[in-house]
Amino acid sequence: MSLKIDQDHSRFRNIVRGKIRQNLRKYISHGELIGRKGKDLVSVPIPQIDIPRFRFGDRQQGGVGQGDGEVGDPVGGDDGQENGQGKAGQDPGEHVLEVDVTLDELAAILGEELELPDIQDKGKSKITSAKDRYTGIRRVGPESLRHFKRTYREALKRMIAAGTFRPDRPIVVPVPDDKRYRSWKTDVEPVANAVIIYMMDVSGSMGDEQKEIVRIESFWIDTWLKAQYKGLESRYIIHDAVAREVDRDTFFHTRESGGTMISSAYKLCLKMIEDDYPWSEWNIYPFHFSDGDNWSMDDTLTCVELLKTKLLPQVNMFGYGQVESPYGSGQFIKDLRELFSKEDRLVTSEIRDKDAIVNSIKEFLGKGK
Amino acid sequence: MTEFALKTSLPQYLRAEQQKIESIARSYGLDFFPIIFEILTYDQMNEIAAYGGFPNRYPHWRFGMEYEQLAKSYEYGLSKIYEMVINSNPSYAYLLEGNSLVDQKLVMAHVCGHVDFFKNNFTFRSTDLDATGRIDPVRKVEGYDPNRRWIDKMANHGARIRRATERHGIQKVEEFIDHCLSLENLIDPWGPFLGRHKESPEEEPGEIEVPRLRSKDYMESFINPEEYIEEQRRKIEEEREREKRFPERPERDVLMFLLNHAPLERWERDVLAVIREEAYYFFPQMQTKIMNEGWAVFWHSKIMTERVLDASEIIDYADHNAGVLATSQGRLNPYKLGVELFRHIEDRWNKGQFGREWEECDSLEAKKHWDLRLGLGRRKIFEVRALYSDVTFIDEFLTPEFCREHKLFSFAWSNRNERYEIDSREFRQIKEKLLFQLTNAGNPFIYVEDANFENRGELLLKHEHQGVDLRADYAKETLRSLVRIWKRPVSVATIVEGKPTIVRYDGREHTSRSGKSSG
Repeated sequence: MSLKIDQDHSRFRNIVRGKIRQNLRKYISHGELIGRKGKDLVSVPIPQIDIPRFRFGDRQQGGVGQGDGEVGDPVGGDDGQENGQGKAGQDPGEHVLEVDVTLDELAAILGEELELPDIQDKGKSKITSAKDRYTGIRRVGPESLRHFKRTYREALKRMIAAGTFRPDRPIVVPVPDDKRYRSWKTDVEPVANAVIIYMMDVSGSMGDEQKEIVRIESFWIDTWLKAQYKGLESRYIIHDAVAREVDRDTFFHTRESGGTMISSAYKLCLKMIEDDYPWSEWNIYPFHFSDGDNWSMDDTLTCVELLKTKLLPQVNMFGYGQVESPYGSGQFIKDLRELFSKEDRLVTSEIRDKDAIVNSIKEFLGKGK
Repeated sequence: MTEFALKTSLPQYLRAEQQKIESIARSYGLDFFPIIFEILTYDQMNEIAAYGGFPNRYPHWRFGMEYEQLAKSYEYGLSKIYEMVINSNPSYAYLLEGNSLVDQKLVMAHVCGHVDFFKNNFTFRSTDLDATGRIDPVRKVEGYDPNRRWIDKMANHGARIRRATERHGIQKVEEFIDHCLSLENLIDPWGPFLGRHKESPEEEPGEIEVPRLRSKDYMESFINPEEYIEEQRRKIEEEREREKRFPERPERDVLMFLLNHAPLERWERDVLAVIREEAYYFFPQMQTKIMNEGWAVFWHSKIMTERVLDASEIIDYADHNAGVLATSQGRLNPYKLGVELFRHIEDRWNKGQFGREWEECDSLEAKKHWDLRLGLGRRKIFEVRALYSDVTFIDEFLTPEFCREHKLFSFAWSNRNERYEIDSREFRQIKEKLLFQLTNAGNPFIYVEDANFENRGELLLKHEHQGVDLRADYAKETLRSLVRIWKRPVSVATIVEGKPTIVRYDGREHTSRSGKSSG
C-alpha cells in the first residue's frame, strides 16, 4: 500500500541530503561517520532540522521534576548526562537528528560536493555473469517451456469463439496455434572486479594522528569506489622494514618501532596482484600512506624501479598519500614527484592535517581513474 | 455519509467491547461525542500520527520527518503508539492492529475520558466550527452538539494548499509554509472568548468639541471654566494621538494582524489563514495537556478496574498502566501529575478539606484526620474538568502537601557545574516554575506594537519579558520569516541579559541596539 506520507517523506529526505552536503567537509575532517557504518547504511548525525519560533532559551528556564535527590544534585535524563560529559551537546535544546543514509547515497553526495567524475570504464567490467529470468510469454519455443495453463486458456477462447465448446461436455483440445511458451530475459551483471590494496607505514614515526588521517581517507575511498564498482575487495598491508598482510582492524591499530623499507610493501603488493588479481580482469587500486621517511636512497630507487616496471603498468591508479609527522623528512614524495612527473597513473597527495583530507580525497579520486 | 475516514472499521468482537465500555463510561457520568474507532496497521498508525491524527493534511516535509522518527523508533522497538484520538465531532480514535485485547479495552476506556474532556472542557469551545462571535466559556447548552468536523476541515486545508502548489510549485509554497509555521505560536488563545478582532470603522476625526454643561451666559465662566475646557481638549487630543498609532493597542494575534495588513499575494494569504486556523485548533490541547491526560487516566483506571477486567487480565493491565504512569529520571509525567491531582481533589472534596475553615486550620494533626464526610468529590472533579485549564488547575489545586507527597522539585541550570541541578523543594518555587512553563503553553508573549515603526512602515513586535530571555538564534530566524511576510524590516523589542534591546532584521542583516520598547 502506498502511503500518503511518502511524498512528504521524500521531500524530508531531500532536505536531509542537502544538510549532509552542507556539512560534508566537517564530517570528513572530523571523521564523524566512521564507526557509524553498518552493512549498507551509515547513520549520519545532522543538526536538528527545526522550525524556528520565538521561544525561551532553555538554560534560564529550568523546570519541575519529580523524584528523590537533594538540592544541588544533578537532574537525571538526557540533558544532565549529555552535559556531564563535557562538550557533547552543550546546549540541551540542540537535539541531534540521526538519519540513515545508504552508502550509495553517501557516495553520490560526496561525488556532488567534491565534483568527482565517475570512473571511466576501461573495458574490464565486461566480465559479467548472465542470469536468466522468465518474464513473459511468446508463441514459439521449445516444448519443455510450454505454458500449460495459458495454452489451454487460448484453446478455450478459440473454441468459445468458434462455438465448438460444449459446457455439458467440457473438453478442450489445443491446436498448434494455441500453444504458448515461457520466454526469458537475460540479465547481465558485472561481477566483483575491483580491489583496493591499502599499504601503510607503521614505523615509529607514524603517530596516532597520522593513522587517524589514513583511517578517514580510506573510509571515503572505500565509499566512493564501492559505489563505482559492483563488488569491491580490500586488502591491507602494513610495513616497517618488512611487510606483512593483516586484517582491517590490525591495519589501523598496529604500531611498530622499526625502520622503514617501503620497497618491502611494494614487493608484497606486487606479489598479491600477481597471485590473486590478474590485471587483465581486475581494476586495481593500491594506496600507500607514509610519512615519507624511507630508510635509504637505495630503497627508494628500488621502489621507483618496481613502480615503473611492474606496478604502474598493471594498476588503474596508484595513490601515494604522505602525512606529515614531526619525525619524517618527507623526502619520498619529492622523489616520486621528480621521477614520475609525466606518469598520470601515479597520484601523490600531501595531507598536512585533518582539514587537508577533503582536498586529498579530491586529488586521489578527481581524475576519474 | 462516510462513516469511516479510512475504511478500516472495527471487527465485531471489538465493537461489542466498545459498546460495553461506552455504556459503563456513561453510567459514571461521562458525556462524550460519538466515537468512531478504526483499527490500523503500524505503518498506517505512524503515518496518521505523523499527520497529527488526521488522514488528510496539507503537504509538508515536517510530517515526513515526524514519520521517519516514528517509524524508526518503532522498528528499533523503542516505542509504539498505543492510541490516538482527535478532537472532532464525531471523534475518531485509532487502535493498533495486533495489540492484545486488554490493551484495546484500556485504550477504549482512555479514549472515552479524552472525548468527554474535548466535549466539556471550556478551552475546546474555540474549536467549534459553528461558533459565532464571542464564545461563552461557561454556559452549557442543553444537547450541546457542535460542528467540529475537523477531519473534513483539515482535508479542505490540504486541498487549498495543494491547489496553491499546483499553481506556484511545491518548492515555493513549502518555503512559505515554513515561514508561516515559524509564526504559528503568535496567536491569542483568549481571542475567541473575548470576541476581539473587530475592526473599528474608519472615521475622519472632526474638530475637537469639548462637551459643555448647559449654562446661562453669565454663569458660563463658572460652570465651564476656561482652564477645565483646555484640559479636556488636551485629553481628547492625546486620545486621538494614541488612536493614530497602529495598531491602537498591542495586538496579540500577530497572525491575524499580518493576514489583514501584510502585503500578501492571494495564495500566500490563503496559506497563512490555514496555518492560523490550525494553530487555534491545536492550542487547547497544549493548554490542557496535564488535565486532559490526567482525566483520561483517571477514567480508564476506574472503568477498567471496577467494571471491565477479569482476574486473568489484571496483571497485563497493571503492567501497561504502570508504564503509562512511570516517571523516569526525575522528569515530570503529565499523565501521572494529572491523575494524581484529580484523585487528590476528589479526596479533599469528599472529606471537606477545603474552604475557609480548612485554610485557616493550623493544626497538622487536625488536618491529617479531617473528614467531614461530604462526598462532594465526584461533583467537584467534573466541575474542574469543565472550567479549568492547566494553569488554573495547578494554581488552585497544587498544594504543599501534594508537592511533598509526590516529591516534586524545581531544577535550574548551574553555570558552575555545567548541568541541570535540583534547585529547590520549596512549594512556592515549584509552583512558580510550573506555572511559568504552562502559561501561554510555554510560549513567550509577543505583541504587534507598531506597524509604522519610526515612521518607516517597519513592524515592531514587543516581547513581554517575564524573566526569561528569548532564544537568540531562533528569534533571529523568526525575524527572517516575519520580513518575508511583512516585506519591510521587522524589529522585536525584548530584554537580553537584563538590558532592553531591539533586534532588527532588514532582509540582509541582523542588528541589535539597546532601546525602550516604545519607539
